[in-house]
Amino acid sequence: MVATKKTKIVIGLLSIFAMGSGQVSSGVLPEDRIDVLYHSYDGGGVTIDGPSVLVRKDIANKVSVYGNYYVDMVSSASIDVEATASAYTEERTQLSAGADYLYDKTMINLSFTNSSEDDYEANTVSFGISQDFFGDLTTLGMGFSLGDDTVKRNGDDAFEESTEHRRYNLSLTQILTKNIIANLVIETVIDEGFLNNPYRSVRYLDENSGSLGYSYEAELYPHTRNSDALALRTMYYLPYRAALRFEARYFSDSWGISANNVELRYTHPFESGLILEAKVRRYQQDGADFYSDLFAFKEATNFRARDKELSTYSNTSIGLGLTYELKSEYLSWFNKSTVNLYWDHMQFDYDDFRDVTAGGDVGTEELYSFDADVIRFYFSFWY
Amino acid sequence: MKHLLIVVCALTLAACGPIKPWVKPYERQNLADPIMSFERDAVATQYINHVYETREASRGAEGSGGGGCGCN
Repeated sequence: MVATKKTKIVIGLLSIFAMGSGQVSSGVLPEDRIDVLYHSYDGGGVTIDGPSVLVRKDIANKVSVYGNYYVDMVSSASIDVEATASAYTEERTQLSAGADYLYDKTMINLSFTNSSEDDYEANTVSFGISQDFFGDLTTLGMGFSLGDDTVKRNGDDAFEESTEHRRYNLSLTQILTKNIIANLVIETVIDEGFLNNPYRSVRYLDENSGSLGYSYEAELYPHTRNSDALALRTMYYLPYRAALRFEARYFSDSWGISANNVELRYTHPFESGLILEAKVRRYQQDGADFYSDLFAFKEATNFRARDKELSTYSNTSIGLGLTYELKSEYLSWFNKSTVNLYWDHMQFDYDDFRDVTAGGDVGTEELYSFDADVIRFYFSFWY
Repeated sequence: MKHLLIVVCALTLAACGPIKPWVKPYERQNLADPIMSFERDAVATQYINHVYETREASRGAEGSGGGGCGCN
């Protein structure tokens, strides 16, 4: 239903080949396992849930193949929908398949993903290679993915646009000490084609609009977008058996958006087979050059957006997770089985996106904010 | 001064020599602990990164991601 986000998301498929792979060494194939997950997002008038099933299997200790089936079932009455459209439901299905090939200390990955819904179709192919060296203390990787999307608009059979995505990344993982490992990733993304949302609108001051004081017109985005992201992640093994994970990421793009996020995560295993995880995360973003909550008049600028994801805002999250290793005789033909429950709570606060449903004088409505709860509940089986 | 010169010379010589891996394979048991994995479960990481990507404008260098939307 939303091209803007989809177009930038489909390109994220390059890293799917990292599913289940260890970060310490590329010289080891990922483990054989099955994951069955239920996911749920609830916030801002939007609920999305569905299953994800991921299966991995090793072949002759040389190749690890995997397949993933994922579904989003969306029910939306978000503020964007409330302001300019009607609540809707839709479903998106994503199928992925890939293989990791290990040759000595070199890992080669190839994957393909298809994402499909009634008004959006996306296909992405990814390739990556990584190599261990320096006594296996260092792993250097690089990757490329190419995505091709078709954008449609429900209720308008004549509307069809396309978008292409290219994604390049470099990754360096380094063992620093007996207890610290670090990972540095840099990634460039290039989008070309129809990048805006065929449904969303901007609002502008309009004296002829009656009591409202404003009217809406279609958004208009540039047809290219280039971005760079740099992330540093470290893992620290604490003096007792527990781990501390730190992440910092910086992002900027050709639309004038810059963003950064930091995250701290603590993992504590107990003797009983229980693993507790707690995290805090903070994301902050400066909006696009062509974003405005309220334009001065109709067609005021060459490009225009009122997509709140392109505005200036922050997202503060906390999360808790529990993993428990199951020891049931019914599961004896698995090497290991776990049940996992993760809960994340997110608070979004917008600095220049106003809640037009709250009423008030035009341009002085209260700033929008909302919170969301994210659930991941899944079983994992190693075999 | 003499001691300082010795230390400087020693460091200079050390810098000229080949750097060897400083964490031996038998010293990596802590790093090999599953809790030290950057992401233990790919299926869960893929999903939370998907949530971030749909709600935030930044993209790239996630570590693990996924496709799709459901974001209006």
